[in-house]
Amino acid sequence: MTYLSKSPWILHYDASSCNGCDIEVLAALTPVYDVERFGIVNTGNPKHADVFLITGGINSQNVEIVKNLYEQIPNPKVVVAIGICAASGGVFRECYNVSGGIDTVIPVDVYVPGCAARPESIIDGVVTALGILEQKKLAMNVNPGTGKKSPGET
Amino acid sequence: MNELLFLIGFPAIIAILMLFIHKDKLRNYIVIPSAVIIGVASIWLLISCFNKNTILYAFPFEPASKIMYIIELLLAIFILYLGIKYRKTLTVALVLIQAGLLVFFETYLSSGMHPENNLFIDQFSIIMAMIIGIIGSLICVYSLGYMDTYHKHHTEVKDRKNLFFFILFIFLSSMFGLVFSNNLLWVFFFWEVTTICSFILIGYAQTPEATNNAFLALAMNLLGGVAFMVALIYIGIIDPSGKLLELNTLIMSGQAIALVPAVLICFAGITKAALMPFSSWLVGAMVAPTPVSALLHSSTMVKAGVYIIVRFSPVLAGSLEGFLIALVGGFTFLLASSMAISQSNAKKVLAYSTIANLGLIVACAGIGTYKLMWAAILLIIFHSIAKSLLFLCVGTVENRIGSRDIDDMSGLIVRMPKIAVMMFIGIAGMFLAPFGMLISKWAAIEAFIVAPLGLLFVAILAFGGSITVFFWAKWMGKIISVPQAMECIEDTVTKEKWMVLYILAGLTVVVCLIFPLISSILIEPFIFNIYGQTAQLAQANLTIMAMMLFLLMIMPFSMLFYRNGQKYVGPYMGGMTTSPTMQFTGAMGTVRETTMGNYYLKDYFGEDKLFMIGTVLCLGILIFAVILTAGVVL
Amino acid sequence: MISIVNAVIYILLAPIVGGLVAGIDRKVTARMQGRVGPPLLQPFYDVGKLFEKETVVVTITQNFYVLSYLVFMAVSGALFFSGGDFLLVIFAFTLSHIFLVLGAYASYSPYSHVGAERELIQIIAYEPMIILTAVGMYLVTQSFNISDIIASSVPVIVYLPGIFVGYLIVLTIKLRKSPFDLSTSHHAHQEIVKGVTTDFSGPNLAKIEIAHWYEYVVLLGVVYLFFGFNPIIAIAAIIIAYFLEIVIDNTFSRAKWQMTLKTAWLIAGAIGIVNLATLYYLRGGVWL
Repeated sequence: MTYLSKSPWILHYDASSCNGCDIEVLAALTPVYDVERFGIVNTGNPKHADVFLITGGINSQNVEIVKNLYEQIPNPKVVVAIGICAASGGVFRECYNVSGGIDTVIPVDVYVPGCAARPESIIDGVVTALGILEQKKLAMNVNPGTGKKSPGET
Repeated sequence: MNELLFLIGFPAIIAILMLFIHKDKLRNYIVIPSAVIIGVASIWLLISCFNKNTILYAFPFEPASKIMYIIELLLAIFILYLGIKYRKTLTVALVLIQAGLLVFFETYLSSGMHPENNLFIDQFSIIMAMIIGIIGSLICVYSLGYMDTYHKHHTEVKDRKNLFFFILFIFLSSMFGLVFSNNLLWVFFFWEVTTICSFILIGYAQTPEATNNAFLALAMNLLGGVAFMVALIYIGIIDPSGKLLELNTLIMSGQAIALVPAVLICFAGITKAALMPFSSWLVGAMVAPTPVSALLHSSTMVKAGVYIIVRFSPVLAGSLEGFLIALVGGFTFLLASSMAISQSNAKKVLAYSTIANLGLIVACAGIGTYKLMWAAILLIIFHSIAKSLLFLCVGTVENRIGSRDIDDMSGLIVRMPKIAVMMFIGIAGMFLAPFGMLISKWAAIEAFIVAPLGLLFVAILAFGGSITVFFWAKWMGKIISVPQAMECIEDTVTKEKWMVLYILAGLTVVVCLIFPLISSILIEPFIFNIYGQTAQLAQANLTIMAMMLFLLMIMPFSMLFYRNGQKYVGPYMGGMTTSPTMQFTGAMGTVRETTMGNYYLKDYFGEDKLFMIGTVLCLGILIFAVILTAGVVL
Repeated sequence: MISIVNAVIYILLAPIVGGLVAGIDRKVTARMQGRVGPPLLQPFYDVGKLFEKETVVVTITQNFYVLSYLVFMAVSGALFFSGGDFLLVIFAFTLSHIFLVLGAYASYSPYSHVGAERELIQIIAYEPMIILTAVGMYLVTQSFNISDIIASSVPVIVYLPGIFVGYLIVLTIKLRKSPFDLSTSHHAHQEIVKGVTTDFSGPNLAKIEIAHWYEYVVLLGVVYLFFGFNPIIAIAAIIIAYFLEIVIDNTFSRAKWQMTLKTAWLIAGAIGIVNLATLYYLRGGVWL
């Protein structure tokens, strides 16, 4: 049992979402659902985050940004793609400017489908992600990374 | 006494030699050994005299005084000529007044005077001599390399290095004379010589700006000289035998007799130390080459101003005039520190910080309890070392990167690592515990609390001290932040400069460690002799500070533990990819650079507004003090 | 009297006490907002998690600055609790805060740069008042040593009400509570992202958090000093004061630095100086 699952800090990023899923994510933080009781805090800073909540699909403008944010999050980390747009591009999949879901750029651990995804599903997705986070942490303990890494390498 | 005469005479001889040497190599061969000799001689003075209290030397009054009189007249004619040539009416007026007073004094008063003990040495003079001898000679060595580079960069300035070094050594000689003279007339002579040295050195570049600033400095110092002369005439009138011309006799004669000349001479000290309302000359003097700023305008000449005020501190203690002088010092401290926040020019920051700290020393001296005098002397010692180190670092940096602006110094830790570390030490020495300046300020707070009307000064220290944290810390931050890949340009700094900088940086740390020793050997006996009791910091606190210093020195080694397994990412820039040159893609796809400047808070700490407040306030206080003093006389 | 035992106890126990204070803070805040809130031990889980992350830095010097910040914070607090000189404690705290500021400058992100500048403004805002507090304590108990101030049976608060009010005002700044949480905050005030702590992660962030806990204990300890003559009243005062801070935190939004500086200097400073001046005068001391 690691501390990671008791204190998961999230970074919430809107890739190219219509904000529907974002509103639901923020709703989860309100007193009605109150995810802070699980120790979840919405930090706006990748360096402080463990769970990367992304909504919306990937287009040419946010490709670099999503990669940059992902690199800045220290290990162990999980990515939760919220909403069908993040999972596969959703209704915009065939558009000329959308290249697809988040997994075209960074590895995704949990997919939370929906349009918009309900807060209950989001919380469920995050809880699943916490389990995966624990697995990653334990794997990290067995195989610690060694040597100096250059910027940008995960 | 021979040591005193050697220290006064030897630099003077070297100075004359310097006037005729034009070849740099030959100059190096003479300056470096001379500097070492002067330094060693000062240390020898310390070793031979530290355990003796005040020693008075009966050096004959004549013919030295006559020679001084002639030199002073020649200097007055020289200034008169230059004042007329450059159409500086104020200077001309002041030099005429001063010369007139001098002639009056010499003609009517001095003929009956036979002061005997014209030279002396005591612990305070030893401390000053050490500062002059060690820091002064180090700066002379530094100047060799600096002036070479200076002339390479400033080809428009006529190469008058022979004059430069001549004045530098004459200055050292006259500073020694100033602190060893017991005869106030002789103090005045050396005082005026330092004024002339400062005048010539500020105007070295001979640009209109340099010339104007040189005359500004000259005018203000001449004003002080006039006050000094009036004091001497007063002394001459109340005691025609000249016994009161002896400094120690004057001070011991008590407040009733000595207050009037003390106030007048302290006025002269205020102008020389560039307290408000006379601060503009020191700020303007920053146009001079950096060794000048380091030597004259931070560690030595301006210290002469506070030296004389601290000397008179027992006379001022408890008097209203003393309180007023202390008030001038206190407000200068507060306002000059505030003005430093809004400056980005490194030398101006250092200048304002110098003015502020001199103000603090004068505030301590004006109130004059034994604890405050102890704090004042500590401040003098620590400030000289740290400030000269900082000026020399800034000078070296300026020679390499071509700019004095702090905002241009970002990444200095990579571009010039050793200099940056030493600058770091210098800045830390100015405001951080457990370094010297903070210890002195702490001692000052604890001393002001028990002093009469001390609450005002405690408040000034609390606010002023905090303000200094701001501008020093943001400077420190600037030099350690590294926005882009930069190359190290440090290897072009000469050997002599390294030597000097290492020694000064080492001194900053070492003196901080051994100051209890300095205190018990030199400062405490000095204070005990005057007040019958002495001050010191509690032993427990000293141990704790030593511990902190030790911790500070070993903490940087912790970085060795982090060498391996370290993962690097770029700084957070909102997810926009940061390139090594901190460029990002802005609106419309244009590539833009990130620039980060420090806060200058100009609306609150703007130079003009605060300068006006300070000038009006301090001028008012000084006028009040002068009226009071005049009232005493009449 | 410097007590080494107290210092060691402080160094070992203060993080626990500070963490509990932080946990109570979050719980009470949550209840005020109509939420359940995290468990009381949440801050410890947070720090534990942070130590489980890998260390990611912008520059290697960040590690040094954060470590120095923590070490000197612990040293300053240990000095306070071992009964040392109040002024030296204040200056030692300044030293440790400068390390945090330098750490923020070292990573050249605009957010941490602005955070560092604001942190400096905060420092110059609260420092005069804290020094005046020490001076006030001296005037009442005739000593700067914490051990003497605690042992004194004089009801300090009766003589220093103005200083106490001023101290509470700057306490808001020191505890990083709204409206004076300019440089960094535990809440989601993300105006400059995380300000001073933006570019710290993992173990470094954990150390900063622990240093904050050390600080909380000392800050609340200063409140105790005002009521040292009666420990029960003192503990009650600490609880009430901290509760007041939480209420203020949840009621106000972040102020600009101008407001912070003016409030700390002109209001807190003025009240403090008037208090001290009155004290001087009443003592027939050395005031006009």
